[in-house]
Amino acid sequence: MKRLFLGALLALATIAAQAADVPEYKLVIKDHKFQPVELKVPADTKIKLVVSNQDSTPSEFESHEFNREKIVLPNSTVTVFVGPLGKGSYKFFDDFHQDTGNGVLIVE
Amino acid sequence: MLGVALLVFREVLEAALVVSIVCAATRGVVRRGAFVGGGITLGVIGAVLVALFAGTIADMASGVGQELFNAGVLLAAVAMIGWHVIWMSKHGRELAKHMQQVGQAVRAGSSSLSMLLAVVALAVLREGSEVVLFLYGMAASGTGVAGMGTGLALGVVGGVAVGFALYFGLLRIPLKYFFSATNGLLVLLAAGLASTAARYLVQANLLPALHNQLWDSSWLLSNGSIPGQTLHILVGYDAQPSGMQMLFYAAIVALLLAGMRLFGSVPPRAAARATVETNRSTA
Repeated sequence: MKRLFLGALLALATIAAQAADVPEYKLVIKDHKFQPVELKVPADTKIKLVVSNQDSTPSEFESHEFNREKIVLPNSTVTVFVGPLGKGSYKFFDDFHQDTGNGVLIVE
Repeated sequence: MLGVALLVFREVLEAALVVSIVCAATRGVVRRGAFVGGGITLGVIGAVLVALFAGTIADMASGVGQELFNAGVLLAAVAMIGWHVIWMSKHGRELAKHMQQVGQAVRAGSSSLSMLLAVVALAVLREGSEVVLFLYGMAASGTGVAGMGTGLALGVVGGVAVGFALYFGLLRIPLKYFFSATNGLLVLLAAGLASTAARYLVQANLLPALHNQLWDSSWLLSNGSIPGQTLHILVGYDAQPSGMQMLFYAAIVALLLAGMRLFGSVPPRAAARATVETNRSTA
């Protein structure tokens, strides 16, 4: 039992350490547009993408190319874990505002 | 208006494909229409509730509530489809033995039906809540009611039409193979839903990706295209799946096939024939 407890504690500590190691990058949605439109991130590294929606309408942060989707409610912030990705550029978009909300993740 | 129609179409399409497979799988079962209709109604009510409480859901579990919720809904649907598929294979064997016990068959049919009702409700809830949030945003940013109404109507009609097309297409499968075919479709549907659930859990950093992109077939068929999206629902197609998604997919296929083999020792064809006979006599 004690060993089990210690094991669980160790596992939790490892997860926490991993989460702390993940570099963080920020994206802002304003007027249904992404800022920045091009975001540079390192290759072969898992990253934590923090997406803030400053509009008063909901958005959906989505990418087919790095396979993520998450709704971002008005005036709120979400985190999305991405990668590790190989070098290249990966498009993302706002599914609810596809005519204006477009951006690219530049992985290098 | 076109933007509204397109988004609504994509969401309705996904739910409609699930509903049409469920309808085909329950072909000839009594009171099926009421169950499917009830599932859709519950799903729409659920979609509005989920949209209303989207903020609460998003804030749960330190920011990964949305992923947990989606994965939970998807895995619940997987469990119920699995239950139905395995249960029916067992039921097929019982039927083959005691063809005269029609009363039992009717009960069995409706018991399994309530599982599939829930599958329909969950599919509509998941896709519908996105539509509700999207329309709310459109309304809040001043899009006219007329344009939104037309877009919504076009999208719904388009999505439902494709669902009907799939349903009537499936009905053309010869009766001899019909329930083997729909059972197979249900297995692939469940495996695909499980793979999507895995994607959400990886996105939330709750599960390791086990290699982020096993392959990339987006040059052939992208996730964003309508055919890609259709295959995504039907067989769980993904142009850039992670290892964890593949693992979930393979595990569900293996589990369901093993379950069907374990409980249904009658060759699928004989079981299918038995089901058809009972369905005829109870309809």
